[in-house]
Amino acid sequence: MPKFDENPIIKDPAIEGVLNPPILREHASVKVRSWPSKPKDTLAIDLPTERVPDWQEKAIAKFGELLDKNKALRIYMDICVRCGACADKCQFYLGTGDPQNFPVARAELMRQVYRRYFTPAGKLPAEVGGWAEFDEAMLEKWYTYFYQCSECRRCSVFCPYGIDTAEITMAAREIMCSIGVSTKYVTEVVAKVYEQGNNLGIPPAAWKDNCEFLEEEMLAERGKPIRYPVDEVGADVLLVPPSADNFANVDTMIGYGILFHYLGIRWTTSTYCNEGGNFGLFLNYQNLKKVNRRIIDAARMLKVKTIIWGECGHAWRGAVMTPTLSGSMDMFNPNYPYHISQFMVDMLRKGAFQGRLDKSANDEYLVTYHDPCNPARAGQLLDEPRELLRACVNRFVEMPAKTIREKTYCCGAGGGLLTDELMPIRMAGGKPRALAVKYTGANFLATICAICKAQLPESMHYWDVPVKVGGVIDLFTKALIL
Amino acid sequence: METSSVLWNLFSVFLTGLSYFAILAFGVGLIGKLIGYIRTPMPWPEVVTPAPETEGGAVLRVIGDVLIFPNLFKADRLLWVGAWVFHVALAAILFRHLRYFTYPVPGIVLYMETVALLFGYLFGLAILFLLWRRLALPRSLYISNLPDYFALALLGAIAGTGILVSYWLHVNIVDVKAFMLGLLTLNPVEPPKHPLFLLHYFLVITLLIYFPSSKLLHAGGVFLSPSRNQPYQIQKPGKRYVNPWDKAGGTSFTGD
Repeated sequence: MPKFDENPIIKDPAIEGVLNPPILREHASVKVRSWPSKPKDTLAIDLPTERVPDWQEKAIAKFGELLDKNKALRIYMDICVRCGACADKCQFYLGTGDPQNFPVARAELMRQVYRRYFTPAGKLPAEVGGWAEFDEAMLEKWYTYFYQCSECRRCSVFCPYGIDTAEITMAAREIMCSIGVSTKYVTEVVAKVYEQGNNLGIPPAAWKDNCEFLEEEMLAERGKPIRYPVDEVGADVLLVPPSADNFANVDTMIGYGILFHYLGIRWTTSTYCNEGGNFGLFLNYQNLKKVNRRIIDAARMLKVKTIIWGECGHAWRGAVMTPTLSGSMDMFNPNYPYHISQFMVDMLRKGAFQGRLDKSANDEYLVTYHDPCNPARAGQLLDEPRELLRACVNRFVEMPAKTIREKTYCCGAGGGLLTDELMPIRMAGGKPRALAVKYTGANFLATICAICKAQLPESMHYWDVPVKVGGVIDLFTKALIL
Repeated sequence: METSSVLWNLFSVFLTGLSYFAILAFGVGLIGKLIGYIRTPMPWPEVVTPAPETEGGAVLRVIGDVLIFPNLFKADRLLWVGAWVFHVALAAILFRHLRYFTYPVPGIVLYMETVALLFGYLFGLAILFLLWRRLALPRSLYISNLPDYFALALLGAIAGTGILVSYWLHVNIVDVKAFMLGLLTLNPVEPPKHPLFLLHYFLVITLLIYFPSSKLLHAGGVFLSPSRNQPYQIQKPGKRYVNPWDKAGGTSFTGD
């Protein structure tokens, strides 16, 4: 039996792997809330440790500041017509039935406040103007429902104006954290990055230990001196993985080593920045920028020529922003964000793996591919992982068309939701993906995101889908003949 | 002078003043809003992918959004049909109204005579459909607020009165045209003495005033939505995306 409240979760089945919109269940997930942040974490990341005095005025002032600084927010506050095209596209509504999880309803929480303080409608009676005060009750709704959004942008794909709820959620969270309202999980993760260099808080010594252990294991298993270098000055490539790859998703870490060994490339990780995933995206601009900058700093410290981002979804969204947040990348080659899947495809097309991929090594698996939100909808990475999979497995199957590529569902735990107290919303949000996987009958679910790799095994287990979850590179290097 | 004609003259002056006020409120309001949108910077790449990689491609994507609503087509076919018919009919009706503002009237506007009423009815039907949808579907009902119903009711009333004065309770088109051209040439004359026309006209004025502070702004916003009008150029040389309000942070690594 699960150890969490299952009431928010709707259990009705999918039809051919696709869920129909459920009946409305108002307030179904209203009680699913993140733990509030702890002062030691907020202090470490330059946020108020408790609710600031005059928090209402300060929040509205911050709101005004963001409206002046962010075109998307300003436009998206005005132009929604509430057509409802997005309503049934959010996995958190599909899994809970809570109408407050319609992207439009979520965004309306912010628009109501916008109309009150920034438009003429705020002078009319509330009902007529469609506005609401930013009071304690509204703040509570913001805290609940803007932390039931994974910033996945699926709704944007279906909006006639491309209204991106991720931008709205990001702004709402930025306003909240500026008045001292933030979540334990997200603030803790960002604090760990400043303390240990990565989201999981793995100390440098433990990182090195893990890497040495992998080297020994590879020598025993594949009989080759496959290396997992750490902090090697002058290496060719700095790999910026999600730290989970050297902790939970070890097969992916193993894969990086095999790949670079095979290609004869000197690579390294950095203990200053062994994390691509940027939780500043789930908090505020200041931390987003500070975390992002560590990547460039690490690359300069280690004097590498190339930076390659590992298999991590939010890392890729951050990567796409790197030249904006942290300056020109002209001293690197390539001088733009470069993803491990793109690197592998480039090598594949050059013939580097010609005749050296034994697809039958993966014959035990029927493989399907889960597009993580950010590579698919923020980073143009839709074909590369598929090209790699087709090169290294014989048995590949796609999930229903309505659930893949830019229409992919979030795993259910992106955007700062990968925390135990949100388990009901995570399992509900993970439902559309789980049932689509189930429909394919696949027994290996490949993906290129560390949050997905942490969430999917749990959601697949919950929805009774017997499938192994792993990286694209896991399968690719398994098939690679050294 | 009779009392009634004094009142009429007063009303005439009032309506003329209101007309200019509405045109001004609409123009200033809309342009102000659009300038606000354009001047507000977008701090980071916000394009939703898969996306075109050239500026031309992005322009085409936006034109596509404006003309055929591809995202809505993916989302909800029935709504797409309703919305598309609604907007095409509206465009045709607005175009047809050129006959009240131009002299000589362009030929194509005159040739529309035969199908004009059809567009009127289609527009009315589309409004009824959109209203039905808001009320009948639980998801739409949940998210609809008073301004949504107000916008539909206003447009519906304008369409209804418009059809009536054009095809049933005829207003003298020569009077209408004289009134409109008078306003446009800043030589206002008295409006047609036709109550239903005056109602139609008054509703249009209301719409103009209401427009810049309403959701009808999507008409301008659709051109400017960053998730749709940005090309994906993250990996193009020389196309670094710079945050206009944080350039300093963005240039600290250009060499040593």
